[in-house]
Amino acid sequence: MNKIYPNAAAALDGLLSDGLLIAAGGFGLCGIPELLLAAIRESGVKDLTFASNNAGVDDFGIGILLQTKQVKKMISSYVGENAEFMRQYLSGELEIEFNPQGTLAERMRAAGAGIPGFYTKTGVGTVIADGKEHKDFNGQTYILETGIFADVSIIKAWKADTTGNLIFRKTARNFNVPAGMCGRVCVAEVEEIVPAGSLDPDHIHLPGIYVHRLIQGDHEKRIEQRTTRKKA
Amino acid sequence: MAWDRNQMAARAAKELKDGMYVNLGIGIPTLVSNYIPEGMTVTLQSENGMLGMGPFPYEGEEDADLINAGKQTITELPHSAYFDSATSFAMIRGGKIAMAILGAMEVSETGDLANWMIPGKLVKGMGGAMDLVAGVGRVIVVMDHANKHGESKVLPECTLPLTGKGVVDLIISNLGVLEVVEGGLKIIELADGVSEEELRAATLAKIVN
Repeated sequence: MNKIYPNAAAALDGLLSDGLLIAAGGFGLCGIPELLLAAIRESGVKDLTFASNNAGVDDFGIGILLQTKQVKKMISSYVGENAEFMRQYLSGELEIEFNPQGTLAERMRAAGAGIPGFYTKTGVGTVIADGKEHKDFNGQTYILETGIFADVSIIKAWKADTTGNLIFRKTARNFNVPAGMCGRVCVAEVEEIVPAGSLDPDHIHLPGIYVHRLIQGDHEKRIEQRTTRKKA
Repeated sequence: MAWDRNQMAARAAKELKDGMYVNLGIGIPTLVSNYIPEGMTVTLQSENGMLGMGPFPYEGEEDADLINAGKQTITELPHSAYFDSATSFAMIRGGKIAMAILGAMEVSETGDLANWMIPGKLVKGMGGAMDLVAGVGRVIVVMDHANKHGESKVLPECTLPLTGKGVVDLIISNLGVLEVVEGGLKIIELADGVSEEELRAATLAKIVN
């Protein structure tokens, strides 16, 4: 079975419709599925809900879908870098559900593992716990959080083999693994596709069982905060 | 007289122990890494998926795939390890991180912490702060004792929405060091040139002996 598609639009063909819940990998602009996001913008689908740690910046990442008002709701932990996001949020055009970052990651991982809910201490005694089931274990209070079962996952990796086994690079792995696990269908974009057998099976970060469609492309990989030191 | 940002960071560094895995928040806490005593191994965790954070890269050596939780370009060290976000917060929630050093807007006498939102103002999100304070072994707050209006940030109860309830162990401010103990806060240390009367006057929370 062939998982490799010629481009992002082809890889998303038949998967998109209005109102979908899409899980997207990336942290800030690091490791975001930039080619698939651009193709979703071109497709014109709207009323989307995104489970994604951040919302990109105005002209990159999920930000490009905010410009075209294709996003109805964000499930995120931090959205500070995006002026258009803030405008739509404050005017009530865009809904946001803040999740603690670890809760968001675990909600994705849990869904990918077939776990519909889990208890965590994170958020106990805060507004995050409002309306959620509380339960004590060994004298400590926990709250119930639910898995995020996404319609589609879009992720970005460094290398794939032709069967969809993925390897990520440095901190660009981030949410790409849990986001990739929680979708009914997962589409991955990578910098390089290599023949099966050329990746060390001991070094696979996300096995191809989670990856249904694959594209190779050129990535801008924009840096959000360029910080450096001078040579002494 | 009182401590400046660097002196607060240096004081916080005295809480580090050899072999610790530590998460540093943005702002003054980041400066703590400049004061890790020589010969001591402290491994810094970045919650976006790295243990063993290195310094900023030299100009021209920035890597878009290597950033910290503040989205700044960084470098790796010989003992660095990378992992995904679920694994990162598994080690945080699993109690494997010995200590978190964070900034705060308010801390209460029972160790409640508020540092993520001000009602009516722009809310950007809590990021990983709620997970950290709920999961790590020890939470140290480093902050100015008063806000920019001169009002105490060390209160009987927090007025702002909480990041965590009963989570703070130690407060290091420009005026001194306070420990959260049974019944209130205990003065551990006074900053240079600060009297106990000054520290008490600047603190609305209950101070116990």
